[in-house]
Amino acid sequence: MKLQRATLLGLYAVLELADQPEEQLSRTDIARKFDVSSNHLSKVMRELGRAGLVEAVRGVGGGYKFSGNAKRTTLMDVISIFESLQVDCPDSREPGKDTAIGMALDLVFGEINETIHATLNSISIDTLLMIKNRSVKAQNTEDSATLEETETF
Amino acid sequence: MIEKQEVTSTYIIIREAMMDDIDAIIDIDIQASTMEKPEYWRYILELYLQQNDQRCFLVAEQDNHIIGLILGEIRAWEFGSASCGWVFAIGVTEQGRLHGVGSKMLDNLCDYFRRAGVSKVKTMVVRQNHELLSFFRSQGMMAGPYQELEKEVG
Repeated sequence: MKLQRATLLGLYAVLELADQPEEQLSRTDIARKFDVSSNHLSKVMRELGRAGLVEAVRGVGGGYKFSGNAKRTTLMDVISIFESLQVDCPDSREPGKDTAIGMALDLVFGEINETIHATLNSISIDTLLMIKNRSVKAQNTEDSATLEETETF
Repeated sequence: MIEKQEVTSTYIIIREAMMDDIDAIIDIDIQASTMEKPEYWRYILELYLQQNDQRCFLVAEQDNHIIGLILGEIRAWEFGSASCGWVFAIGVTEQGRLHGVGSKMLDNLCDYFRRAGVSKVKTMVVRQNHELLSFFRSQGMMAGPYQELEKEVG
């Protein structure tokens, strides 16, 4: 599964803003953090704003704020703003779709699609940030352990 | 016998299930699954009430009403997996949802598993049940290394 660039930027922006709900971040801040073009992010932020997930704060020190419900918004909700996820094109006019092999392949692709949808529909912004925080904590613990070992030597 | 801890929050008590809870348990299951199966729950409750360190059936009680249930068991070498706790069922009344009842029950069951010496908990959820999947994910659970497979034999 490969997400389009705009989808990925949308996920980055929403997650970064939701991680700092009290802060206002500029497009440049977000672009710099994820090493992407600020221009590219512009259209993405507009789409997220239209979907009610972020709001633009005008004036000095303005930027964007997360305005969605982090417990209720899933990764799939964000992805759906930009693209429809399917492992294979569901278009029945594709050649070979109505053959026995085409239909058997559809069954397998359907299984993959169901798994992808179940996963992305069940992970909220809040849960993803919890996973992120857990990884950061584990990494910090590992780093301290390595540092202690190094100091011992 | 491993001591089953009673955890009290502001209003909700998590305690071991008793035979008197059977009607409430059946009702909660109907709300969750929309399918009535009283014989199954009677059998399960009787089984879990027998003295056994490997099984635990808890209910959440608020103002003398049962508002949630959870049950699980420690199993070793099922599908090649080392000893771990399995959550076989969890349910909360519609009114009790979104108040942390499920989290409290799961925490309590995990404590039970931990005290019994296991360090991993597993469960299985219907893929289309996004609400329940979201709940377990919000509790820190991730996909494990197994995939469930099935086929018609009839």
